[in-house]
Amino acid sequence: MRDVAVISFAQETAVKDRERNEVEFISPVVRDAVAGSGIARHDIGFTISGSCDYLSGGPFTFVQGLDAAGAWPPVKESHVEMDAAWALYEAWVAIQTGDVDSALIYGFGKSSLTDIHEVITLQTDPYTVAPLWPSMVDLAALQASALFAEGDVTERDLAEVAARSRRDACANPFAVVSEEVDADTLLGRPVTHAPLRDSDIAPVTDGAAAIVIAAAEVAHDVCARPAWIRGIDHRVDAPHIGVRDLTTSASTRRAGEEAGALQGGFDVAELHAQFSHDELLLRAALGLSAETAINPSGGALGANPLMASGLIRIGEVFRRINAGEIGRGLAHATQGPCLQQNLVCILEGE
Amino acid sequence: MTSPPPLIEQHVLEYPGGYTRSVGTAVSRYLTGLRDGVIVGVRIGDGRVMVPPTEYDPETGAALDEYVEVGPAGTVVAWTWVSEPRSGKHHLTKPFAFALVRPDGADVPMVHVVDVAAADEMAVGMRVMPRWASERVGYVTDLDAWVPISDGETPSAAAVNTAEVSGEPVTGITVPIRLEYEINAGRAPSKYLRSLAEHKIIGQRAVDSDKVYVPPRGSDPTTGAPTTIEVEVSDVGTVTTFCVVNLPGLSEFAPEVPFVCAQILLDGSNTPWFGLVQGLPADEVRMGLRVQAVWADVLVPDARSIKWFEPNGEPDAPYDTYREYA
Repeated sequence: MRDVAVISFAQETAVKDRERNEVEFISPVVRDAVAGSGIARHDIGFTISGSCDYLSGGPFTFVQGLDAAGAWPPVKESHVEMDAAWALYEAWVAIQTGDVDSALIYGFGKSSLTDIHEVITLQTDPYTVAPLWPSMVDLAALQASALFAEGDVTERDLAEVAARSRRDACANPFAVVSEEVDADTLLGRPVTHAPLRDSDIAPVTDGAAAIVIAAAEVAHDVCARPAWIRGIDHRVDAPHIGVRDLTTSASTRRAGEEAGALQGGFDVAELHAQFSHDELLLRAALGLSAETAINPSGGALGANPLMASGLIRIGEVFRRINAGEIGRGLAHATQGPCLQQNLVCILEGE
Repeated sequence: MTSPPPLIEQHVLEYPGGYTRSVGTAVSRYLTGLRDGVIVGVRIGDGRVMVPPTEYDPETGAALDEYVEVGPAGTVVAWTWVSEPRSGKHHLTKPFAFALVRPDGADVPMVHVVDVAAADEMAVGMRVMPRWASERVGYVTDLDAWVPISDGETPSAAAVNTAEVSGEPVTGITVPIRLEYEINAGRAPSKYLRSLAEHKIIGQRAVDSDKVYVPPRGSDPTTGAPTTIEVEVSDVGTVTTFCVVNLPGLSEFAPEVPFVCAQILLDGSNTPWFGLVQGLPADEVRMGLRVQAVWADVLVPDARSIKWFEPNGEPDAPYDTYREYA
């Protein structure tokens, strides 16, 4: 295996951006990530993005995103219709093959252009589920309900997660929701999607993020404190929601095992928990101990630009390693209803 | 100086008449069952009965074909409340619950709806039975909703189907899909579109490049650099390539066939621009033809401001002047 490190990261978020089109949104983060990498744009061997055409409402709109990436003379390029954390995985594989030594990964999504919760419905079974139009939030609430029925998780547990996330988000300039608040206060607010409250649900967020990764021989030259990818894996659960045990996340557990996450020892874990109970499921699946700080950025409950939010989890862990604040962290990304697909990435400093 | 806000348009993504899907064997058994007022599941490799059925084992992928009738009563294993049903999406028009309901005889629950008056009537473990639609057409809403069943109550059989359907198995469904968007053009395209309403064509270029892009998208596609410099280009240009269209009725704006659509390199710009060519027989349109925009009487901030291009009488441009763009 080649040692590969994250060497730069940039992100941008907004609540409802009507000023800029996707290209104008992506350009600054790509520019910043490339500048921060210390590698000239055309010396970066591979370019790959993650996005969802349904977010922008047109076929192949991801191709237009390339206008922001500086793609001429023609670059080696790919795309995943997934959160860009999966694009990072493909880029890591490309470096492992020896084909390239570095890669630019970017993800973008303007979730506010349409009803994002209806868009996610279209990921469900098109014959027996989608025609009923359960939203992404409805399906997550079913998972929370199943978890409550087991008896180990209470409303207060969710409120504690939500309150800590909102407080931590106060220190994150990219969070779109933040608040100095405690669990009791949140418990006093109405249940909006039983058993969930609005504070348990990630905010609709527009945003983009970009990361540059490089093999050791490049990373050492250009980055004082790279964050080495010590393990990365992604797994998927059955698409049929009923057939899954919704009170655990088997695919997260498996991805964690394969990535080497279960030995623990993480200073920080950035979990792509789009709902408060997701965090509880993910912590249990990954066996995270009390020593690990969970989502110090505020996590997806602070800002959740779809298709970039998982990549941002990796970027947030990188940022802390790069600043010398922490030595070892775990990043997680998810996609699909009720934590269907999960990616785990372990990052370490020198 | 503040510039006007970027342009925003409403956009609907819809498949007129709905999206048609062939259902395959397992879903056919399920939907044909619903049409007949029964719920059909399938036995999977580990012995459990799963509903709705699939043709493959969700864990091993092995083929499945042991179909099992389940229900009619069932148990709620998870639920959430929809306080505001979405018009055109949800088939129930007043507040209802989404639920995972496990029909008796099945081992896994199915996603469907429960119709009760208020959220406080919902509970995990509650017993429910199907309320069948009177007109059943082989669609997931033939099971209109699950409704509470009291202790000792026996679910009644589905009433005779009032829909006119053949006795043949369901082979396909039509699913309406409609998503509404608020598309925003962005800063650079908005300036371009607004220029059309002022009888001008405004492109942009980056500071470190002499390439002018029309329409501009905000970045130089070769470098990704922002295109911060506005450049007015001519409404006269050269046809670099073209296509003779013989298909009638492509759009309400399309001229009578045959007509010509062309890539036109406007003088002062470095990206060929899409336009129609009129004013000469279609078979006389050629690469290198010099043309000028014919503007509409009423100018608007979109492509309708230029009706088409016509020959302006200049001699054809030499190939070398546009070969990079052909």
